[in-house]
Amino acid sequence: MNVAIKPHPHASHELGFIRRYIFSTDHKVIAKQYLGLSAVMAIIGGFSAYIIRWQLAWPETSVPGWGPIGPDQYNAIVTMHGTVMVFFVAMPFLLGGFGNYLIPLMVGADDMAFPRLNAMSFWTQLLASSVLIASMFAPEGPAASGWTAYTPLSDNPVYTGVYLGQDLWILASALEFGAFLMGGVNFITTALNLRAPGMTLMRLPLFVWMEITAAVVFLLSVGPLIAAAIMLLLDRRLGTSFFRPDKGGDPLLWEHLFWFFGHPEVYVVALPGFGIMLEVMPVFARKPIFGYKMIVYSTIAVGLLSFVVWAHHMFVSGMDPRLATPFSITTIMISVPFAIIVFAMIATLWRSSIRFTAPMLFAIGGLASFLIGGVTGIFLGSQASDIYMHGTYFVVAHFHYTMFPVTFFGGMAGLYFWFPKMFGRTMNETWGKIHFWFSFFLFNGVFIPLFLVGIGGQPRRIYELSSYDMFKPLQSLHVIATVCAIGLFLVQIPFVVNLFYSMVHGKVAEKNPWHSNTLEWTLDSPPHHLNFPTPPRVYRDPYEYSVPDLTEDWLPQDQPPAIPATSAAR
Amino acid sequence: MLAGWMPQSVSTFGGKIDHVVYLVFYIVGFFFLLTEGLLIYFALSSRRKRPRRAHYNRGDTPREAAWILVPALVILGLDLGIDSAGHRAWELEKSARPASAIEIKVVAKQFNWEFTYAGPDGKLGTADDVVVENELHVPLGKVVRLSLNSEDVIHSLWIPNFRLKQDVVPGRAIPAWFEATKAGTYEIACSELCGFGHYSMRGTVVVQTEQDYSKWMNDNVLHAANSSSAGQ
Repeated sequence: MNVAIKPHPHASHELGFIRRYIFSTDHKVIAKQYLGLSAVMAIIGGFSAYIIRWQLAWPETSVPGWGPIGPDQYNAIVTMHGTVMVFFVAMPFLLGGFGNYLIPLMVGADDMAFPRLNAMSFWTQLLASSVLIASMFAPEGPAASGWTAYTPLSDNPVYTGVYLGQDLWILASALEFGAFLMGGVNFITTALNLRAPGMTLMRLPLFVWMEITAAVVFLLSVGPLIAAAIMLLLDRRLGTSFFRPDKGGDPLLWEHLFWFFGHPEVYVVALPGFGIMLEVMPVFARKPIFGYKMIVYSTIAVGLLSFVVWAHHMFVSGMDPRLATPFSITTIMISVPFAIIVFAMIATLWRSSIRFTAPMLFAIGGLASFLIGGVTGIFLGSQASDIYMHGTYFVVAHFHYTMFPVTFFGGMAGLYFWFPKMFGRTMNETWGKIHFWFSFFLFNGVFIPLFLVGIGGQPRRIYELSSYDMFKPLQSLHVIATVCAIGLFLVQIPFVVNLFYSMVHGKVAEKNPWHSNTLEWTLDSPPHHLNFPTPPRVYRDPYEYSVPDLTEDWLPQDQPPAIPATSAAR
Repeated sequence: MLAGWMPQSVSTFGGKIDHVVYLVFYIVGFFFLLTEGLLIYFALSSRRKRPRRAHYNRGDTPREAAWILVPALVILGLDLGIDSAGHRAWELEKSARPASAIEIKVVAKQFNWEFTYAGPDGKLGTADDVVVENELHVPLGKVVRLSLNSEDVIHSLWIPNFRLKQDVVPGRAIPAWFEATKAGTYEIACSELCGFGHYSMRGTVVVQTEQDYSKWMNDNVLHAANSSSAGQ
């Protein structure tokens, strides 16, 4: 549509190593930088999870590889785990990594609309990650007020004893938001303005729809939280009192501002993960997506509804009880568009022809696990049952069942699927399947016990569970969860070996090893700088698999239509 | 199935809350089994053992879309049913303010619960009030009204056996109530992260028959009030 015809300089060949691979403006390099950064942060997030799980299972022992931990350190590690995993792993992995890599390729663009802004987004994210890591070495320790940083615990340093650590946490979060604002502007502009001729909105791959919906939701929700973060910093350092009740402020204001962003954030992460599953499934089922338009409209409906559900996090916060039922209605109503998306995915598999490759297993396993996260959300969306479940391990199990399937299973589906495109080689399938089956059972082994712990009433963020008599019988469930969690970490080791081994020694990949239809598969593996040697032209929907009367069972988006036999005869 | 895992319910509204939990459990349990069953069945029955073509359908005719939209409408209806059942239970626990002779002021602070009883004059906020730490005594079968206050950060009063959870927010006095239906000692937990001692912010609630409660009241609260006023 708006692709200007211009000579292709293939400038990358003239650039030195530093401009090509370090300070690059190529969206594919930036995407890999994002993937690498999120992997490094995932090690920190994963190790903190290991410490938490060990402490919960065997509180009287010292954590191997770390040492004994005290209650204040426990709170700090819980805070870091949440912050790192949501803001520094899930978002950079699914948006910064896959979004950056795929949006320009899928829409048929040379690069992002604003390549330098894109580079700046990554470098800001690197700075944010560095600030967060630095905060872990602050004199009084890192922030210890939870990833939700409820005021006044996070506001007045006397309550936690943490001064610099909490300030740096606020700074790191604000920088991270800035990084994704820049990224989000790029996603939306690229997908709307740089589409190849013929790539109408209703021919966009669903992954692109999900990424731009996520970007719009993020852009519209994060503003209030950036303001809130600055207000919190002012409270802490300049003596204002936005959130301090002893000086006339209101702690519930923070909760409202936090969750006005915090709940849409769930969909910012979930939608791209769903987008990956939606790309992988039709390819290995050899069947068009069932109800493409229904999925698009449902995605938009999820995005809109996500703005009016935040107060379900606050049913028992002390807000006006009359607000509960309206927010219950909107929250539970999100199940409708999500059910449509899920049903459409399941219907796509009906009478298909499935090859259970590693990416397909991760996509189906991700959907199967996410369903548990989806249905358990109703217990928390219902104002009455939330009185019981709120703040317990039920919440912990629920949100891990939403975030982990989309980030890990969705992300892994994407990694095994697009690895040939990204690195020009293929990952080992057998090890990929082993990786899936062990991860799938161990993940469920971690969090199903925690649902039961939550139904037993045990509150989260408790350092020493034996301090309550009534929860002591639940201890063995924590041991099961921890053993499975350690197993889950261990099975990532062969995956990492497979990943790096395949980059160098994997089977050399062709352009289109999976016989897919979308535009990224028309390019060399890996694609060159500035992507498309000649501007592509799009003729059809992205999921035309197994079209009757054709010899091949796939029909790429850019393949010109054959002259129909009927019109040729005329 | 759930009941085996949840602690026994011993408040008048506890059963209503549990009822909503069960209602949600059966509804989502049905849809969960249905969708997982279809997912597994479609996936396994479509497994490609030898090359064969998938059935080409795009699900974009109204007839095909109905397979998805009709169940989605059913879900919408059930959602509203959950909302309405939840609303009644919510109103009972959080909006109703049954009259009561027993008013107790709760003050949460890092990392203790303070329960203030009216002294001999029967009024809170006077000099003869008596403070009991971490142990809340209440009579069986009587409405007890609480006023929740915090001295420092947000805490949350969580009594699993009563199905009562309410955040305690500094700068506000948040009302709550309950009526216990079974004598015994139950635990109170803090369920909002409140600092390094959060894990140990444990209290108990002792539900006693009216006689035992009056005896405790006389021996402890009123006696303590008399001796302190005698000392002045």
